[in-house]
Amino acid sequence: MLDKMIFGRYVPANSVMHRMDPRAKLLLVFFFVCIVFLANNLVTYSLLGLVTLGIILLSKIKIRFLISGLKPVLLLIIFTFLVHILFTKEGKVLYQLGWLEIYEGGLRQGVFISLRFTFLILVTSLLTLTTTPISITDGMEELLNPLKKWKVPVHELALMMSIALRFIPTLMEETDKIMKAQIARGVDFSSGPIKNRIKAIVPLLVPLFVSAFKRAEELATAMEARGYQGGEGRTKYRQLHWGMIDSLCMVGLVILTGVLVLLRS
Amino acid sequence: MRKKLVSLENIKFKYEGQKNFALNDVSFDIYEGEWLAIVGHNGSGKSTLAKLLNGLQFAQTGTITVNDKVLTEETVWDVRRQIGMVFQNPDNQFVGTTVQDDVAFGLENVGVPQEVMVERVQNALSKVKMSKFLNQEPHHLSGGQKQRIAIAGVVALQPNIIILDEATSMLDPRGREEVLETVRELMQEKALTVISITHDLEEAAKADRIIVMNKGQLYREGTPRDIFKMEKELIELGLDIPFSIKLSKALQKNGVAIDYGHLTEEELVKDLCELHSKM
Repeated sequence: MLDKMIFGRYVPANSVMHRMDPRAKLLLVFFFVCIVFLANNLVTYSLLGLVTLGIILLSKIKIRFLISGLKPVLLLIIFTFLVHILFTKEGKVLYQLGWLEIYEGGLRQGVFISLRFTFLILVTSLLTLTTTPISITDGMEELLNPLKKWKVPVHELALMMSIALRFIPTLMEETDKIMKAQIARGVDFSSGPIKNRIKAIVPLLVPLFVSAFKRAEELATAMEARGYQGGEGRTKYRQLHWGMIDSLCMVGLVILTGVLVLLRS
Repeated sequence: MRKKLVSLENIKFKYEGQKNFALNDVSFDIYEGEWLAIVGHNGSGKSTLAKLLNGLQFAQTGTITVNDKVLTEETVWDVRRQIGMVFQNPDNQFVGTTVQDDVAFGLENVGVPQEVMVERVQNALSKVKMSKFLNQEPHHLSGGQKQRIAIAGVVALQPNIIILDEATSMLDPRGREEVLETVRELMQEKALTVISITHDLEEAAKADRIIVMNKGQLYREGTPRDIFKMEKELIELGLDIPFSIKLSKALQKNGVAIDYGHLTEEELVKDLCELHSKM
């Protein structure tokens, strides 16, 4: 199940999308998510569909891979579709079977909402598929920088994020080790009633937490020894480059918004 | 006479809430360009010593002078720029998400401009022979490689002194040799002073000078040859003596005409070969 999830995974490749500035990508995705809600008729939805398809092609991510990644959310999409088709009672009756009536408005609404959902998921997963988590963190830090004026600890939050990302594999490894150690001592993680299985997690979590705190303390000492004094007067090794393509995409998005406003009914 | 780089005078230190002094009236000097090994049993105060030298803790009484500067809360950041530290656990000192980010971490902290950083990171990585791993993530590296990255992070800051705080104790023999070899090469090249806090007596045997700590006090200081002469005392302190010394002693006892007190295996092998050719 987990390896089917594509949301939040990074796929290395060399595409225009991969090379774009993470700030631009974050902004574009954010505004795209907003303007998806502008569409309300066939023309505007087709236009959004074309744009989404264009973005997918630009990212060089295989369409089959993307669709297989949609599977976990498919159920949700079908469910919204059914809810709309059954409960929206507008326009002509298209089909009738006993108490079941399907209205034209319901069908339309069902298709549109499911499409909207699909677009949102595709575009947001494309962001994480083409951007490393650390670039997303860098992009966020830069974008949120103005908030420093209001004492929002932007640098600290970004550092926390990057340290968390760095320690995910380390802690996974550790979890695996502790699990094996506890299995060797007779803990059964994989069978028995749910209640017992939940109880079995306690001897896994306690050592994991203890070691995570120990790691955190040692890491803090090491950081201090290496001269870390907070964000003040710090330079950045990783640099972001806002290129021509990023500006072009932003302009493209503004045009798209304009066209959507004109064409919507 | 070589220049005094660091001097400790009458250092007393107690951890909060504890009755005994972790360090009780310790004084010694560290000279420029030497490899000093500090050995001692667990709880002898040797790791506390490292923390005091880098200003991670402050002594209750006594003064530490680094490069003619007295270590205080005000000067601590200057002193830290001169002293690089490598800790025991390779994982818990790796801050960056990739090798190059981690090496750059210390440089970012002191505000080095980005162009200079790129150059220094590459330089430091080539010094520890890890240039090929620029974009590698830490969980794909071995313990020895991670420690070499930590050393690169220290070297990039161009310090005068490196403190190895049991930096090799979690590594396998090959990783340990890799790390020590790297430090030895750097020491030659950059005229570094190395303070190595260690359990490993084979490593201490190769130092210029050894300080033995016991119960928070300086027990003895001298060259490896002097220190390992006091075998029985060392064993009473919970320490051991290098295998080569044990072996040459055993050989002597059994009537082999060999000198006693070989500090390294190589020395012993050489002597045994000579002896064999004379027979």
